[in-house]
Amino acid sequence: MSTMIETKETAPRFGLSLSSDFTNMLLRLLAVAIICIMLTFATDAFLTTNNLLNVLRQASLVFFMASGLTLVILTGKIDLSIGATVGLCACVAAVVIKTTGSPWIGAAVAVSIGGAVGLANGLMVTQLRIPSFIATYGMLWVAQGVTYYFMGGQSVYGFPAGFRALGSGYFLGIPIPIYLMIIVLLIGSFFINRTTFGQQIYAMGANTTAARLSGIPVNSRLNLVFMLSGAMAGMASLIFLARLNSAEGDVGESLTLPTIAAVVIGGTSLFGGVGSLSGTFIGGLILTLILNGMNLLSLNANWQPFVTGVIVLLAVWLDMKTRSKTDAGN
Amino acid sequence: MFSLGRVPGVAFVLVALFGLFASTSGNFFTAANVSNILVQSSILLLLALPMTFIIMTEGLDLSAGAVLTLCSVVLAAVTLGTGSLTVAFLAALAIGVAFGLLNGWIIAWPGIPPFVATLGTLGIAQGLCLVITDGQSIVGMPPSLQSVYSGTLAGIPIPIIMAGVAYAVMHGILYHTRLGTYVSALGGNREALRHAGINDRLVLAVIYGIGGLMSGVAALLLTSRISSAHPTAAIGMEFDAIAAVAVGGTQFERGEGWLLGTLLGVIAIGVLRNGLNLLGTSSSVQVICVGLLVIFALFLDGLRSAER
Repeated sequence: MSTMIETKETAPRFGLSLSSDFTNMLLRLLAVAIICIMLTFATDAFLTTNNLLNVLRQASLVFFMASGLTLVILTGKIDLSIGATVGLCACVAAVVIKTTGSPWIGAAVAVSIGGAVGLANGLMVTQLRIPSFIATYGMLWVAQGVTYYFMGGQSVYGFPAGFRALGSGYFLGIPIPIYLMIIVLLIGSFFINRTTFGQQIYAMGANTTAARLSGIPVNSRLNLVFMLSGAMAGMASLIFLARLNSAEGDVGESLTLPTIAAVVIGGTSLFGGVGSLSGTFIGGLILTLILNGMNLLSLNANWQPFVTGVIVLLAVWLDMKTRSKTDAGN
Repeated sequence: MFSLGRVPGVAFVLVALFGLFASTSGNFFTAANVSNILVQSSILLLLALPMTFIIMTEGLDLSAGAVLTLCSVVLAAVTLGTGSLTVAFLAALAIGVAFGLLNGWIIAWPGIPPFVATLGTLGIAQGLCLVITDGQSIVGMPPSLQSVYSGTLAGIPIPIIMAGVAYAVMHGILYHTRLGTYVSALGGNREALRHAGINDRLVLAVIYGIGGLMSGVAALLLTSRISSAHPTAAIGMEFDAIAAVAVGGTQFERGEGWLLGTLLGVIAIGVLRNGLNLLGTSSSVQVICVGLLVIFALFLDGLRSAER
């Protein structure tokens, strides 16, 4: 345990550790390349512009959900309620857009509900001092229950074309979600690497006590991070809704595992303090490529939760193995 | 561990719920319905007992519901294939123990955080359920299976007897064996346990293994109850189990557990769901209420520990 704490303290993004972050990223890009080469040989359907754009669009949806979660995990906490929050926001936004006819109002409502759910998570963790995995796990079920109750078994579909373009439109031949993903990735990376708040997130994850002693208002920062994560889930729900063009009560049910998978495959440590948004993007891309490959090779879709589960375990295990090696090196 | 200061918490909740439903629904406080609540709670108790041990070690098992479902699916499939209920039950127990040990192994040795390790095995178990059943129910169970859930022994329903035996065994393990002492020590002071020369990882693996075994036992009751197996039958039941443990006063971070509290917590949730059912509330509202009950209980817990 003591070695773990030491890495956390020395791991942040300066000097020596930069190179090890760099190798980790290279390894993940290598994995992407290997999967792509294997799939190219395995099936003709893989290396087509359409399929590749499809993969990127799918990966961007995973990234939107996983980006907020990455911030939470960087602080050493977890948010298991992301998938359910996306489902809740998507359903409420769908009904609001249908009744008011205005996607803008729907978007505002989705982001506020997401933020409110996130804040509730944060308060449970900081004020009631419930461990985050318990608090957000409870929130998962409460959010899902509210969603089912709100929808009452109905589905809502058919949205204005302008709104749908958010998820399924093209600009210069490239799907719009991909542009959105690049924007979020750039702004998000700037935020966590170049702002004080961003650096405080790493510091809290590396060593909460040290962060508190050095004057970081840990609790209010944690509340903000959870709120941000919820608001990002609200944004993700809009793109999801625009892509699916329909909403049902169970829309968020299967999203929890893939979202966490993307973050851990991307090399963000579950113990906090180590990781990056670009890693999460690559993680989402690796997961999407594997699921896309299974689909192209017409493997039964029933295998998807099985495969995602195995990948999560392998990713965390490999990550912990490589980290304990770098520990020994230091 | 029998600190009287914690008794009123759960008991108060239970009495309040009882009073609330007895006054709002005429059908609630009848002998038939009370017995019904106990029978329905037996499956949940089988999951919540080992969950208490697991949470005492600062762990969590999110895969319990999915593993229970998988055991049920295997039980039904093997019953159809071999025609023997005994073989099928043994197969279900084996699958349960295998998943329990898998959980324990990946949590104890590489040290993967329990919530993410068991989230991974949740996916694996759920995937296997879907693959085996192809998303369909497995039906055509023999009548002998059905009689497990609906039968009685000396006038007592068999599910209650099974749950009672399980409670007695787990109580014996926790309070009267060395393993039980290790369970408490794992959450409270793992370092000390290691220095005492105890293989703490093996203890963890055994605890999660017991959890898997109980899922296998619960699968017999679950499959018997609906006389079929469905790939999503018990998905999410771990939420009720975790909720029962939390309501029962077991601490998530200090290795303090209270098995009688878990029993009361299980009955409290059984009463809550049964009462809401009688009032005609949808299952989605029931889930919200269970969540709120947990938050309320943890909130009370926080207040009480602040007072001390």
